[in-house]
Amino acid sequence: MLDVSAIKKDFPLFAKNPSLIYLDSTATALKPQTVIDKLNEYYKEYSANVFRGIYKISERATVEYEKTRKLIAAFIGAEASEVVFTRNTTESLNLVASGLGRRLIGKGDEIVTTIMEHHSNFVPWQQLAIENGGVFKVLDVDKEGKLQSAVTLDEVITKRTKILAVTYVSNVLGVVNPLKKIIARAKKINPRIVVVVDAAQAVPHRLVNVSAIGADFLAFSSHKMLGPTGVGVLWGKRALLTSMRPFQYGGEMIEEVGIEKTTFKQPPHKFEAGTPHIAGVIALQEAVVYLQKIGLESIEKHETELVKYAVDQLERAFGEDFVLLGPRENRTGILSFSLKRTHPHDLAQILDEVNIAIRAGHHCAMPLHRRLGVAASARASFYLYNHSGDVDALIKGLQKAKRILK
Amino acid sequence: MSIYQENILEHYRHPRNYGRLAAATDRVTVANPLCGDVICLEALIKKRILWEVRFSGEGCAISTAAASMLTEKAHRRRLKPLLGLTKNDMLKMLGIELSPNRLKCALLPWEALLKLIGNGKY
Repeated sequence: MLDVSAIKKDFPLFAKNPSLIYLDSTATALKPQTVIDKLNEYYKEYSANVFRGIYKISERATVEYEKTRKLIAAFIGAEASEVVFTRNTTESLNLVASGLGRRLIGKGDEIVTTIMEHHSNFVPWQQLAIENGGVFKVLDVDKEGKLQSAVTLDEVITKRTKILAVTYVSNVLGVVNPLKKIIARAKKINPRIVVVVDAAQAVPHRLVNVSAIGADFLAFSSHKMLGPTGVGVLWGKRALLTSMRPFQYGGEMIEEVGIEKTTFKQPPHKFEAGTPHIAGVIALQEAVVYLQKIGLESIEKHETELVKYAVDQLERAFGEDFVLLGPRENRTGILSFSLKRTHPHDLAQILDEVNIAIRAGHHCAMPLHRRLGVAASARASFYLYNHSGDVDALIKGLQKAKRILK
Repeated sequence: MSIYQENILEHYRHPRNYGRLAAATDRVTVANPLCGDVICLEALIKKRILWEVRFSGEGCAISTAAASMLTEKAHRRRLKPLLGLTKNDMLKMLGIELSPNRLKCALLPWEALLKLIGNGKY
């Protein structure tokens, strides 16, 4: 297990609010002091625009900005020129749907996604299919919430499937999809299929290597991995990025503008129109450094142990009233559940009264909740600053909620 | 102050007018997109009087209590004063302070009622 009391000292929010038990890192992670300091450093010492200035502070800003790109690339086993900065995972996914999808999908072409996707990896593809006359198909999950077997994959993915959009880790079920296997199978059926991976819940919690997975695109957010909000990452294979239309037009992304036509920069800058969130991108460096210092493998192990402890304790405390969403094995630190005869909103509200933050609702995954036959669920999620004491407090809080709502 | 006051909990545990109404003349379903809760309101309306009203669906303690209180109030009432009910009337009836996210829960039954009898229908 990680030394959580030492780690918590690095997160100033706990100094301000020492009794807070934060169990919603799936929505967004808390920030270490080093990230906050880096944001401030930019604003205090070199808050100039990037790329354009022929003066020292602008050059420093550019160097720092590009340093993050290199760090992120190394972090996921990619080339820096393949790393695009966006606003968030949602924008990264929309960028692919718009820049590549619109050109790729013709009448009758198929887009396959899964029922467990976050809306951000579901709706853009659904809408693209509607706009372009494509066929939108959805891979189902089994009773446990695992993607169904290779047989089903063979039934759904065909030679006409042009895009497969799949999440690495479900933000509700916590289940880790066997991406390597799924992608290999999909590419066997159609070698030209483009695979887009939503890694928003994977990159902050486990080692991710893009070439090992075999994907074509991978999207994630800074704010879920201890970095600032307002910064997302899109990794894409260079050839595909080069072939794509820009997402937005404007400053920073052009080579030459004439009255008749405009030429664009090469990727990744082609996709970074306008002044980006410079401070946010720069401060993301410190998030990567922090995660690497603790170690992604240790973080993964810590979360797995915590979630196992939580499931055991919840079962012991609530017996059959505790309903776990998703499988028991092969999951991350995301724990969605319901307690019979209580509404998730009431649970979250009563937990808030004792300063425990969990999430209640459909977690931007309405199709999945409908599929599982529940309107909403409660979700507790664990990260490197959580420990078993948080689980014990959660259970005490839930027992209180049960007493109130009985 | 906790929003789970005794009067709220009492209505939640023993909701008035819960169930379906076979003789309904009007029916409406509204959803809270935040949590996926759905409330169905059914009423028997004749001569601009709401003779009977029932609600069904699954909701949290706040929306259930609000529906229970509202239907209790609306029962056998003329439509005109019901149409004049405001958000504030609802909140006053509940007697609790709500965060913006929970406001929707509390107001869902009221929205359903307005949809049921409003829009110039009566």
